Amino acid sequence: MMLRLAPVLLVILLVAPILAGLVMALLPAFGYLPALGGESPTLAPWRALFAEPGICRSVAVSLASGLVATAVSLAVVLLYLAAVTGSRLDRWVRRLVSPLLSIPHAAAAFGLAFLIAPSGLIARLASPGLTGWEQPPDLLIVQDPWGLSLIAGLVIKEIPFLLLMSLAALPQLDPERRVAMARSLGYRPTLAWWKVVAPSLYPLIRLPVFAVIAYASSVVDVAMILGPTLPPTLSVSILAWFSDPDLDMRFMASAGAILQLGVTATALAIWWGLERLVARLMGGWIARGGRRQGETGLRIAGKLWILLATAIAFVGIGGLAINSVAGFWRFPDALPGSFTASHWVQALPSLAGPMASTALIAVVSTLLATTLALGALENEQRTGRHPSRALWLLYLPLIVPQIAFLFGLVVVMEQLGTRPTHALIVFGHLLFVLPYVFLSLSEAYRRFDPRWSQLALTLGATRNTLFWRVRLPMLLAPMLTAMAVGLAVSIGQYLPTQLLGAGRVTTVTTEAVSLAAGGNRRVIGVWALVQACLPLAGFIIAIGLPKLLWANRRGMQGVP
Amino acid sequence: MTIPHRLDLRDICISLDGQALVELEARIGPGEVLTVMGPSGSGKSTLLAYLAGFLAPTFRATGQVRLDGRDISALPAERRGIGLLFQDPLLFPHLSVAGNLRFGMPRATPDKAARVEQALANIGLAGFGDRDPATLSGGQKARVALMRLLLSAPSAVLLDEPFSKLDTHLRHEMRQLVFDRLREAGLPSLLVTHDREDAEDAGGRIIDLAH
Repeated sequence: MMLRLAPVLLVILLVAPILAGLVMALLPAFGYLPALGGESPTLAPWRALFAEPGICRSVAVSLASGLVATAVSLAVVLLYLAAVTGSRLDRWVRRLVSPLLSIPHAAAAFGLAFLIAPSGLIARLASPGLTGWEQPPDLLIVQDPWGLSLIAGLVIKEIPFLLLMSLAALPQLDPERRVAMARSLGYRPTLAWWKVVAPSLYPLIRLPVFAVIAYASSVVDVAMILGPTLPPTLSVSILAWFSDPDLDMRFMASAGAILQLGVTATALAIWWGLERLVARLMGGWIARGGRRQGETGLRIAGKLWILLATAIAFVGIGGLAINSVAGFWRFPDALPGSFTASHWVQALPSLAGPMASTALIAVVSTLLATTLALGALENEQRTGRHPSRALWLLYLPLIVPQIAFLFGLVVVMEQLGTRPTHALIVFGHLLFVLPYVFLSLSEAYRRFDPRWSQLALTLGATRNTLFWRVRLPMLLAPMLTAMAVGLAVSIGQYLPTQLLGAGRVTTVTTEAVSLAAGGNRRVIGVWALVQACLPLAGFIIAIGLPKLLWANRRGMQGVP
Repeated sequence: MTIPHRLDLRDICISLDGQALVELEARIGPGEVLTVMGPSGSGKSTLLAYLAGFLAPTFRATGQVRLDGRDISALPAERRGIGLLFQDPLLFPHLSVAGNLRFGMPRATPDKAARVEQALANIGLAGFGDRDPATLSGGQKARVALMRLLLSAPSAVLLDEPFSKLDTHLRHEMRQLVFDRLREAGLPSLLVTHDREDAEDAGGRIIDLAH
């Protein structure tokens, strides 16, 4: 039966390409790649790699940006959750943060770049009044050698992710009652949350946190936009070596991919050590029993940082919009002197093709992922088994750095003689779309009241009727949300499209990222804005369609 | 037009980790209601889950459930012909009232629309077919749930404390309606409750699970 194959298929689809990709990166890293004349094992690629100028700095920036970005994002999210009182401001922040999740990393990074650049919005607003600058200062703010702007760009995008993951996990901890309990013992609310909720919440969001570390330490597109250039981060260097016309560079690129795997693993190991340290410090802090001290500071920080991060992200997107219609814009002026639609008009003909490609790849990979996820979850319901042990496999594509196994995968495809096509890219996207679709759908599926199914069965419905006429319609809203998440993930993919498409298939994302080097802000504004808006279409459908379909069904308006 | 049905529970023993939870031996004739009483934790819901076909695999059950002489112990829930009335009415929120009533009707039922209309008139809800179930009152929902069960033409019925969430004034009325209809339909029923009044209104034998 097809259904029973779904979980197996799911695991094979996720694990096999990663393993194959890693093997095919590992072999060339030690000189074995017959297609390019590498027949015997050698350490030459590694010697070449470590002889690269600035390699140590590349590694250090990758490692540090991964760890710092994760630590900051997690801290901001936990501070916010601890300070939540259900006030209007809190609800407002929560509502604003969710759409941020759908904005692709590259678009958010461009937004930030336009904001903080020497001639960006912030400098314009502060000049010449505060700074006295009549001309853009000669400062390296974006792409700073320390990777600070890279870290900032990652933080504004990882906050929504970690926040939504935490919000999904929180209900099972019953935080209100825990806090109420601690308050009755004399703890101030924010301190109570830190001492009785945070220690139980962390284990529940640990895998997503690991995914953030892995992503932040190996990201390519954000690093190309915001990261340092001389030398760039390790991941960006690897991509450059891999794309080098000199095919011998591939051996070094492969060694770099394995090094990247090691860097991410090291980042995870360091984080693991930090977890131990923080757990001990927290343990001591909780045991000392302070009930009031420092409450105000924690509460204010909880509101301030998340507001700042959210505001930066939104103003950044606004900046993209302004740039895309800006005419002549003298430096210290806060707004352009004139507005024009010419950048859009010029870009439109070249937008159509990449937009169609983006949509096609996103829709097909999301539909495939949704079908597979539904199959696996439905099978789980019917057999009554809980495959909790297989769950960590879902995180594999999110924890193994993309750049480490995608090269190997390209090599595998080249060996098999597969030509770069849309189908191949869809397959590559599926690796990253599937985990998110599955995680987002499984939440709703497993929480679905089992009495509905029991009721339907005792009314004589078959398992298939139950699925098509009860479960699917009742779970329509969460299913559409999962699909919107899938679309957003696919639309934002840079590396799989670039590598598996061999640069011959352009999507909105690959086009936007490739414009980064050119530095024409008006054109970048157009493309990044399109990139930011595409995923929103999915979310608008996901929210609007159930409202429309169930307009006459009050019981379907809330979450089932 | 009612065909008399019988439910025989033979030597039923449900155990968890080798420890017996529920032991039961009973015969329920057409239109009879057997009441099983007991405090929470006495295995009432486990017994219902077993009879309906939803017993979690961690439990072990021996004995036979015979419906009209046929052993149904090994059949899946949807082929047992046993209907279930829950604590909550559980009207499907995405279907109309009529849609809920039609959901359980056997595929071959002739003239479904007319039967739905008639069923609604029967419970004083004529013309409610197109309504959103969420707009019904608690008592109306409970009545629709009962009708949905009856229209699915079960051969036996399990009642899982179906009155416990109703207001006191509705409770008595609903009990009368449910037991009358089940008797009319000649259905053997098993009621699980911890409310003594439920048991008395049911008018059948009472088995107490409290040891």
